[in-house]
Amino acid sequence: MSLTVDVRARVGEFHLDARFTLPPGLTVLFGPSGAGKTRLLRLIAGLDRPREGRIGLDGTVFDDVAGRVHRPVHDRRIGMVFQQPYLLPHRTVLANVALAVRDTDRTTRRDRAHELLERTDTTAFGGRRPGQLSGGQRQRVALARALAGEPRLLLLDEPFNALDHPVRRQLRGLVRDLVDRAGVPTLFVTHDTDELAALADHVLHADQGRITGITDVATALGPVPDR
Amino acid sequence: MSEVDWFPLLLSLRVAAIATLITTVVGVAGAYVLARFTFPGRGLIEAIASLPIVLPPTVLGYYLLVSIGRNSPLGRGYEALFGRQLVFTWQAAVLAAAIASLPYCLRTATAAISAIDAGYEEAARVAGLHGTRLAFLVTLPMAGRGIIAGISLAFARALGDFGTTIMVAGNIPGRTQTMPIAVYDRVQAFDYATAGVLAGVLAGVAIVVLLGVRRLERTAL
Repeated sequence: MSLTVDVRARVGEFHLDARFTLPPGLTVLFGPSGAGKTRLLRLIAGLDRPREGRIGLDGTVFDDVAGRVHRPVHDRRIGMVFQQPYLLPHRTVLANVALAVRDTDRTTRRDRAHELLERTDTTAFGGRRPGQLSGGQRQRVALARALAGEPRLLLLDEPFNALDHPVRRQLRGLVRDLVDRAGVPTLFVTHDTDELAALADHVLHADQGRITGITDVATALGPVPDR
Repeated sequence: MSEVDWFPLLLSLRVAAIATLITTVVGVAGAYVLARFTFPGRGLIEAIASLPIVLPPTVLGYYLLVSIGRNSPLGRGYEALFGRQLVFTWQAAVLAAAIASLPYCLRTATAAISAIDAGYEEAARVAGLHGTRLAFLVTLPMAGRGIIAGISLAFARALGDFGTTIMVAGNIPGRTQTMPIAVYDRVQAFDYATAGVLAGVLAGVAIVVLLGVRRLERTAL
C-alpha cells in the first residue's frame, strides 16, 4: 500500500497540489527549485499541516483535514535527512544516532547505533563530535540517524547538495545500498539528472507546486530537454 | 575602622543563591515557552516580566510590599501557613531579589533559545523526540551558553539589589541587612572604611560575573 498523498497546501502565494501513491523502492522527487519538493516532504513528515486532503501510510492516517486528524511528527516513524545534517553539536556521533533509536533500553539503543555506524562506514567517528567531521561524514551519520528508528518511510531532501561531486557519487552508492537493505519506500528529492539516473526506481515530478504522476526512469529521462 | 561584620556578605550570598535558583527555574521555563510557543497575551507577559529592568527598584518594592504585606491575601496566606509574617524577613529579601533579577535571566535565555536554528529541533522531532526530552536533550543544551550567561547576570543582579529589598525586608542588622544595604548603613554612620571594603567585594563579584558572561558569549558552542 505504501504512502498515499492527496493534499492541498498554501504558503503565501505558493500553492501545492500533490496526489500520488508511492510505490515500493526508491522514488526520486524531481523538479526545479521552488517546485514544492521540500514543502511536500515537510507535509509528509508532519512539520507543516495541509490545508485540505489526506496523507496516510499503510493504514495509518497521518493527516486528514476533514476528519481533524494530525498525527504528531515524533509519532510517524519516518526517517528523514535534510539538506543540512542537523546533528546535535554537543553530543557524540554515537549518541546522536542512539537518541533516534526507538527503544527504552540503553544497551539496545547503543548496540543499534553501533550497527548503523558500521553500515554507514562511520564507526571510526563514533566518539567524536559532529563538528570534527567533514560534510560527507556528517551526512553519513545523518543517514544512520534516519534509519535508527526503524522507519516505515524514508525522506531524503537533497541530502548531498552541499557536497563535492566525488563525495556525492560515493554517497549515492551508500543510499542505494541502505534503501535496498532497509526495504522501506523512499522519497529522494533532487534537481540533478545524474542523481536521478543513478538512483531512481521511479520518478515523481514536481512542477510549480503540482506533484502528480509517477513514471519510470526511462520515461522521465526521455523528455528532459537538452540545454 | 571598626571590626568588619561579615554577616551581610553571608546573608547576601544566601539570598542571592536561593533567588537565583528560583529565577533559573522560572526564567528558563518561561524563556522556553516564550521562545517556542505563540499564544495570546505573550507580549504582555514579556512586558510585565521585563518591568523590573525599567521600574525604579523602590517602586517595584512598593508593589511587592502591597502584594505580600500583612493585609494582602498572599501575606495572610503565608502567615496562616507558616505562623509568621513574610515582610521584613530574609525570605522576603529572597523574593525581592528573585523578582528584580528575573528579567535578566528570562530575556537572555529567550534570546538564546530563539537563536537556535529550528532545523535541529525539527530533525530531532522526526527522529522521535518530543516534550521534555526534546527540551532537555536538544533545545536547552544548544542554548546552554546563553542560559548560563543569563543565570550569571541574574545572580549578580540579585546580589546587588538594594531598593526592592529594603522596601520589603527592611534594614535589620543581623537579620535582613544584606551587603548593599550594609554599604548604605555604614555610609550613614560615617564608617567609610567598612563601606569601602563591602563595596569592593560587591564590585569584585560583579566584574568577575561580567567577565565570565563575556567569555560565554564570545566562545562559539
